[in-house]
Amino acid sequence: MENLIGLLVLAPLLGAGVLLTGGRRLDRTGHWIGTALAAASFVIGVVLFAGMLGRSGEGRTLQSHLFSWVPVGGFQADVAFRLDQLSMTFVLLITGVGTLIHIYSIGYMEHDERRRRFFGYLNLFLAAMLLLVLADNYLLLYVGWEGVGLASYLLIGFWQHKPSAATAAKKAFIVNRVGDVGLSIAIMLMFTTFGTFSFGPVFDAVSKAHTGILTGIGFMLLLAACGKSAQVPLQSWLGDAMEGPTPVSALIHAATMVTAGVYLITRSGAIFNAAPDAQTAVVTVGAVTLLFGAIVGCAKDDIKKALAGSTMSQIGYMIMAAGLGPIGYVFAIMHLVTHGFFKAGLFLGAGSVMHGMNDEVDMRKYGGLRKFMPVTFVTFGLGYLAIIGFPGLSGFFSKDKIIEAAFAKGGTEGWILGGAALLGAAITAFYMTRVMLMTFFGEKRWEPDAEGHEPHPHESPKSMTIPMIVLAFGSVFAGGLFSLNSSFLKWLEPVTGHAEGHSPVSAATVTAGTMVVLVLGVGLAWLMYGRRPVPRTAPRGSLLTRAARRDLLQDDFNHVVLVRGGEHLTRSLVYLDHSVVDGVVNGTAASVGGLSGRMRRLQNGYVRSYAVSMLGGTAVLIAATLLMRGVA
Amino acid sequence: MITPLAAAYTTSTGEAFQFWVLGTVAVLGALGTVLMKKAVHSALSLAGTMIVLAVFYLAQGAYFLGVVQIVVYTGAIMMLFLFVVMLVGITAADSLKETLKGQRWLAALTGIGFGILLMVGIGNASLGNFTGLGQANAKGNVEGLAALIFTKYVWAFEITGALLITAAVGAMVLTHRERTERRSTQRELSEQRVREGRQVPPLPAPGVYARHNAVDIPGLLPDGTPSALTVSDTLRARGQVRDVSGEALSDLAELEQRTAERLGRKPSRKEVGK
Amino acid sequence: MNPVNYLYLSALLFTIGAAGVLIRRNAIVVFMCVELMLNAANLAFVTFSRLHGNLDGQIIAFFTMVVAAAEVVVGLAIIVTIFRSRHSASVDDASLMKL
Repeated sequence: MENLIGLLVLAPLLGAGVLLTGGRRLDRTGHWIGTALAAASFVIGVVLFAGMLGRSGEGRTLQSHLFSWVPVGGFQADVAFRLDQLSMTFVLLITGVGTLIHIYSIGYMEHDERRRRFFGYLNLFLAAMLLLVLADNYLLLYVGWEGVGLASYLLIGFWQHKPSAATAAKKAFIVNRVGDVGLSIAIMLMFTTFGTFSFGPVFDAVSKAHTGILTGIGFMLLLAACGKSAQVPLQSWLGDAMEGPTPVSALIHAATMVTAGVYLITRSGAIFNAAPDAQTAVVTVGAVTLLFGAIVGCAKDDIKKALAGSTMSQIGYMIMAAGLGPIGYVFAIMHLVTHGFFKAGLFLGAGSVMHGMNDEVDMRKYGGLRKFMPVTFVTFGLGYLAIIGFPGLSGFFSKDKIIEAAFAKGGTEGWILGGAALLGAAITAFYMTRVMLMTFFGEKRWEPDAEGHEPHPHESPKSMTIPMIVLAFGSVFAGGLFSLNSSFLKWLEPVTGHAEGHSPVSAATVTAGTMVVLVLGVGLAWLMYGRRPVPRTAPRGSLLTRAARRDLLQDDFNHVVLVRGGEHLTRSLVYLDHSVVDGVVNGTAASVGGLSGRMRRLQNGYVRSYAVSMLGGTAVLIAATLLMRGVA
Repeated sequence: MITPLAAAYTTSTGEAFQFWVLGTVAVLGALGTVLMKKAVHSALSLAGTMIVLAVFYLAQGAYFLGVVQIVVYTGAIMMLFLFVVMLVGITAADSLKETLKGQRWLAALTGIGFGILLMVGIGNASLGNFTGLGQANAKGNVEGLAALIFTKYVWAFEITGALLITAAVGAMVLTHRERTERRSTQRELSEQRVREGRQVPPLPAPGVYARHNAVDIPGLLPDGTPSALTVSDTLRARGQVRDVSGEALSDLAELEQRTAERLGRKPSRKEVGK
Repeated sequence: MNPVNYLYLSALLFTIGAAGVLIRRNAIVVFMCVELMLNAANLAFVTFSRLHGNLDGQIIAFFTMVVAAAEVVVGLAIIVTIFRSRHSASVDDASLMKL
């Protein structure tokens, strides 16, 4: 059983290797190879899952030691895997959704001549992501962490002939790098504090460590999570990342990679539990981001960017839940899984719409598409209902639990967090309804593109609709399945731990409140976009709308504070370099030069002068010898 | 001359006497080498010093080296020096006037300092008694040396052989002059002389009309003046030409006078000579 | 008399030779002074050989002679070559290796 864990990572890695080095002869079969290996990984995952269900208690955790990676003295870093319930959940999500999106991409990327390379990158991503969630120590996790960053970079910039895509890829990479620095510092801190990176020993040693150090590690881990999961203040890359092909947005920038931050915080729960200040920071980041993303999502006319804002917001929910500690870990992961289903479904739906609309992304040029693409409409609609938390669908169960847990935090903090979560739910309902109405309802607003091609909206091929249908099933039933008899809670509790909070408001009240804000949000959206026709060009809008269209000025903030500040710093450093450093260097050179100019007079070319020097030197040597021997 | 004792503090009186006399000669020779104006004199002084050293070698039981010193050093190397002096030393005596500023002072300072330090070093070394070579030379000095050279020092010996060959080849390479153009034939040379219009017939021999035919005596022209063409340029450059024209003319005048007396004539109208 | 006097003589000769190298300008004479220094060293070797009662010192002196012979051959060849091109045997004239 343990040996299969390695295969889980190896299969997509093999695919990536074959596809990226195979050359043109694989152009015709490459996508099948990639999809087959992703599916193989999924099958292995299912087999392992079945095996895990067959065991109980401690036996459910499998460990597989592949080889010693860095054996130095007393220090040991291994390539070792750890498959417990948490990893298993991620493995199934990653390989399952991943396989579906591979299948979807066969149709979506059909006309792209670099399709083989695309599948190679997708497989590379799967391998790195699986390495990330299966690693048994932080160092190996870091390898996977960087691997998904690389795959993300390659895939965002897949259409690198577009300058915007190339820029977006670089932006994502650089912003992620900031977070990666956080992770590497956290790992170094762990090493100096505990002397090891392995999960087990680190978590065991937490109780003995100083709280200050744990808080430091927690903050650095949070920084890493912010970078990878697009949380404030490192959120600015996610919107631009939508330049990548839509399957990439669905897989990497909605369902899996961006949730790596949530995984990291949940996995490091032992550290955060012992560092309350770090936890406070986590919930703050989560709460701010969930509102931030939601507001941005309201103002975007680009369907993918609206969904990206939504992703940011939903991950904000997860991060907040993870920051709540044992009362929230399980629900963070649960929301993560359900979000994986419905957000991937929504993105695939958006991709399907774009596929039928000549790659148009502006929702103001859609309208009334429900008659033209019924399957897309139904699956997208189910995903929509799930994300706004319509009763009985996935999002309802998972988000409701998070809001409950937020109130259960207790005290003023609990009220603030709960209020933010409720407000977020209202805004979620608003912007998702807006997307829905602008895309599928109302009158036709599309127009010929620059070359005069009238779009002919049509349903997408089977290879694209089938994954959407499967994901729609997940969106509808996953939450219910997880909540039935608290099955997900019982499944994950041995790994993350769980505590019941003491909510000041009853669960029924929270549910009722959620329903009220849901109706409010949907109703407001209908008033604004359903009753009235949608203008083809965006109105100027209020100050907040305009700010939100510019991603709430995040890029402007980065530009003013970081870019300008960096430029000023660089300029002053250059000045310092020119005046002080160069001054010293040139001064030294000049003085040496001057000295040499005088010294060279000694080199008069007369051999007899040199002979005098030699004889003098010999005399000095003899004198020194005599002095040393103490005879002179 | 050699002390047969295994360890002794003094040598025989004869050797001491010899040392003080010949040592003085050696130092004088060395000073002569440094101070003589002409290179030839320097070379001869050095040869003297080397012969003295050869005697000292013999006195100290180094018979083989003593002989080699005379044969190789004094015989071969010094002769090589003289050859080169002959090749090179056309210019007259080397000026002893110093041209480098401060060189002489520095030389004196370092030289004296060096010498004093060396003497102090020797004086402080504990060399009170000495073993002597009686035992080492028991089977003969040459045999002893041979045994060492062909056993312990055979590698160095081979290397010095290689060194000598390299030196010989090097000397040949250095002194060999590569011809860059074909050597002119005699015909071409004579044609060139005629074309340039200078000295078409062979140069006149020295000593013509001068009563001596030594190479350093120029031949005389019909009017009794010496001809520059008849002696070598080198001799002229060195100022070693003996001018005998005056002598010859006075001889001629005397002869004419005697002839006139015998024949009872008056001396010729034209007064020849002084 | 103690044979150490030979060593003093050797030192004296060596110093005179060194001084000659420093003050003479004729390359041939300089060379002769170098030979004088070598001979002084040989005298010291021979004397040491006697003091220690073995022949190694004489062997070294022998090798010195061989090396000196090789050196003289090459050195004189160099002098001849220089003289041929510069028409001078003064070591001060061969002073192009400056500035």
